[in-house]
Amino acid sequence: MDQFLQQLVNGLTWGSIYALIALGYTMVYGVLRLINFAHGDVYMVGAMCAFYFAHWLGFAAGPSLVGFAVVMFLSMTACAALGALIEMVAYRPLRHQPRLSMLITAIGVSMLLEFGGQRVFGPDPKFFPQLIESRSLLAGGGVVLTNIDVLVIGVSLALMIGLRWIVLKTRIGMALRAVSFSYDTSALMGINVNTVLTCTFMLGSALAAAAGTMVGLRNPKIDPLMGLVPGIKAFVAAVLGGIGNFPGAVAGGLLMGLTETFVAAYLSSTYRDAVAFVILIGVLLVKPAGLFGKPVVEKV
Amino acid sequence: MPSLVRANAALLIGVALMWPLGAALPAVLNAYYLQIIVYIGINIILAVSLNLINGVTGQFSLGHAGFMAIGAYASAAVTMFAWPSGLPGGLWAALLAGGAAAAVAGLIIGIPTLRLRGDYLAIATLGFGEIIRVVIVNTESVGGARGLFGIPSLASFASVYACALICVVLLWRLVYSPKGIPLAAIREDEMAAAAMGIDTTRLKILAFMTGSFWAGVAGGLFAHFIGYIHTNSFTFLKSIEIVTMVVLGGMGSFSGAILAAIALTVLPELLRFGAEYRMIIYSILLIVMMLTRPRGLLGNREITTWLSSKLATAR
Repeated sequence: MDQFLQQLVNGLTWGSIYALIALGYTMVYGVLRLINFAHGDVYMVGAMCAFYFAHWLGFAAGPSLVGFAVVMFLSMTACAALGALIEMVAYRPLRHQPRLSMLITAIGVSMLLEFGGQRVFGPDPKFFPQLIESRSLLAGGGVVLTNIDVLVIGVSLALMIGLRWIVLKTRIGMALRAVSFSYDTSALMGINVNTVLTCTFMLGSALAAAAGTMVGLRNPKIDPLMGLVPGIKAFVAAVLGGIGNFPGAVAGGLLMGLTETFVAAYLSSTYRDAVAFVILIGVLLVKPAGLFGKPVVEKV
Repeated sequence: MPSLVRANAALLIGVALMWPLGAALPAVLNAYYLQIIVYIGINIILAVSLNLINGVTGQFSLGHAGFMAIGAYASAAVTMFAWPSGLPGGLWAALLAGGAAAAVAGLIIGIPTLRLRGDYLAIATLGFGEIIRVVIVNTESVGGARGLFGIPSLASFASVYACALICVVLLWRLVYSPKGIPLAAIREDEMAAAAMGIDTTRLKILAFMTGSFWAGVAGGLFAHFIGYIHTNSFTFLKSIEIVTMVVLGGMGSFSGAILAAIALTVLPELLRFGAEYRMIIYSILLIVMMLTRPRGLLGNREITTWLSSKLATAR
């Protein structure tokens, strides 16, 4: 039972990280129908930015909640700018070309961030500073619930609620929903599609940066290739929930995190990566549009 | 039978010519160049076979490296454990076994997943590719996480290019024959194709199996060329590399896929002067190439039609 609760905590923490990254995939897919392969690497850049901001601003020396908030905010801003830049340089010129050509530039950007990251940040793993002192909140009973776990889950939840507010209550959110409903019609209705797309990339990248910062807190080893596997898994999570669907991405992310930790704990850690995909394929075979996705009716 | 030989005489002569060519090459090229040329041949088989699935039939598969892995391990198992040493023909038996194993895997994977469309299919095939890899890592009898050592080095320039030639010619004939038209119809509009009476499921699975077969052959050649295989050679990055070749060449274009396979194999080697900037330049070039030629190097045309249209306008 103790182990079960412990794995539940771990799974929820990882699940929230996956959910934050998956939201970025799902938003971009919703408006552009593009698998943004570079998204996982934006998450890596987020962690790296947080690392450097923490050192430059001196928060690495003295752990504090304010320091964490400032570092995370700066990293989110930097990555939002990076996301906008990627969209403008690599995706915008190809918008009216076959969809797969954008996929290849996405792969190119992903490789550029990975290899460029190895050059700029150095290929060796870095140790993320302890921005917050790890304390155990629940000492009894063999279950360790640290303040970092609570922080990761709490901040993720807050960001998700914030995103929901932006999407449902603001003008840009309404425009985003309109573009994802129909690109051409929304352009005809006078929505500036370029602005909407840039904002989509900025929002998604900021969420990825937040995820990167929080992963740095929990698993302090960060390196330029750290975005590869979580990126793919978060994308799988987005597909699992029904791509283009916000609650689906969150549910998919949580499901992904929980399954992975439970499989690693109870079955075999080597099969961990495969099980996620087995579940994905199982779900897709029963519900081809994902858990929350609406089946698309094709009109002839 | 004699008519079959006559119809394929050119192909057979071409295949036979690979051996004297392979024997002559080491005299003019050093081992490094030779190795790159062999890699180009293997990548041509991979790109052309994925082009059948992805470019011609329009089924976006991200699991090609998985089939390559199955072919590599199955063929290595044949030459290492099954084929009596000393008996000739081991490589060909191994390649056939590797291709067949990959084709069977393609059938098993294709039946459920080819119901899915577009990006969902891509992710399902990506998932199967990764599952194949994890299963191999956990199979101790083929080396598991250590990789498989001591595969006899039976493949050479001649066998690789013989296979590449056969693969290109056979698939070209398939696609540009009446049998290829339904495949293109599925790519253009699956629902309209089904309405015209095309058995889309059967053809999609057949295309998937054929592509997987050649991926398996390429895997077998790879295994028997370098003599050591590890699942790290067959991750989804390899699948992405093959997809890049197909898209960069131009979806559905054989000559484009071949050109892109050559370009993307040679480019990283040419950039060696850049040392640690090599892969950075490579990725920037990839982006720039795609931005300047968004429909691929050749679009969906073949180099032959492209050349003749150039000549026509020149006149």
